[in-house]
Amino acid sequence: MTPTYYLVLAAILFTIGAVGVLVRRNAIVVFMCIELMLNSVNLTLVTFARINGTVDGQIMAFFVMVVAAAEVVVGLAIIMSIYRTRRSASVDDANLLKY
Amino acid sequence: MSHAAVLAADVVSRGEAVAFWILGPIALAGAIGMVLSRNAIHSALWLVLTMLSLGGFYFVQQAPFLGAVQIIVYTGAIMILFLFVLMLVGRDYSDSIVETLRGQRVAAILLGIGFAGLVGGLIADATSGVESVGLAESNADGGNVAAIARLLFTDYLLAFELTSALLITAAVGAMILAHIEHESGSRPGQKEQSIARIKGPRPQTLTGPGVFARGNSVAAPALLPDGSVAEDSRATGMKMRQPPAIASGSIDDLDDVTVDSGANRDGVTQ
Repeated sequence: MTPTYYLVLAAILFTIGAVGVLVRRNAIVVFMCIELMLNSVNLTLVTFARINGTVDGQIMAFFVMVVAAAEVVVGLAIIMSIYRTRRSASVDDANLLKY
Repeated sequence: MSHAAVLAADVVSRGEAVAFWILGPIALAGAIGMVLSRNAIHSALWLVLTMLSLGGFYFVQQAPFLGAVQIIVYTGAIMILFLFVLMLVGRDYSDSIVETLRGQRVAAILLGIGFAGLVGGLIADATSGVESVGLAESNADGGNVAAIARLLFTDYLLAFELTSALLITAAVGAMILAHIEHESGSRPGQKEQSIARIKGPRPQTLTGPGVFARGNSVAAPALLPDGSVAEDSRATGMKMRQPPAIASGSIDDLDDVTVDSGANRDGVTQ
């Protein structure tokens, strides 16, 4: 076994997240799928840090986590306000920018 | 290259292989379960499973700091935030199965299989001959946390400072988006409500749920002395369960009673 296995696993997890974004209709679940994609990229970065022998990749993963946390906060607030005005959290229902 | 030869001691140990083959299927199962489960809460819990196993991967890959951050920030904070929003939006909101584009699901799955094969195959091909250096040297002086801190506060200091601006912007933005503005005076305050209540037809409190009923749950409406349901005690905004059956009649009887509670009460007291 080599660290390549981690990279392949991360690719599969990323794909599952991408398929989830395409398939699911609930905006919150779509958001979770995006989180899964970010996480799989983090796994790739950590694995590359190990392969290269420097912790730069880990620092990139750290920044990805920070940005993901900020993104989750804003995204969930947007979903909440959409739900408040439209009484629905389905991505199909929000097809107009206003009203 | 003797240096690299020494460092090339980073072969994947047997213990790490065992951890990979245990955590890998768990992570995959969590991801697939998240996409497949109809209930959004179940999706969130499946995703927690995946994130925990990814944290385990970070630990075995000589990144203990990121492993801890993964578990604390992702499974501890972000997923709780997801669950909060799910509870606010409504737990029983389930996904629609209507396809707005015909064949989108099948196309997405085919696309996913193709994408996974392409990326996985290319990555495996590109990195199969690469020898892993390992972080033994980087983590040697003071450990992983010290190594990360050394880089973070020198080379990446500007990016680190910029994240503070990002975080404060995100916090303020979330507050603005989630805040509901009420003009002052648009809703009655405590004083107005109190005056309206005293001047209204019923100054006393409404009957609490569960009074004289079999249970004291908020879902069980109060019963009047004659055994009928006190409509006043039904909580608004909550779908009431059927009142518990009492000795004098079946549930259907209770449901059919259209209670004029004031008249009933007068009849009892007179």
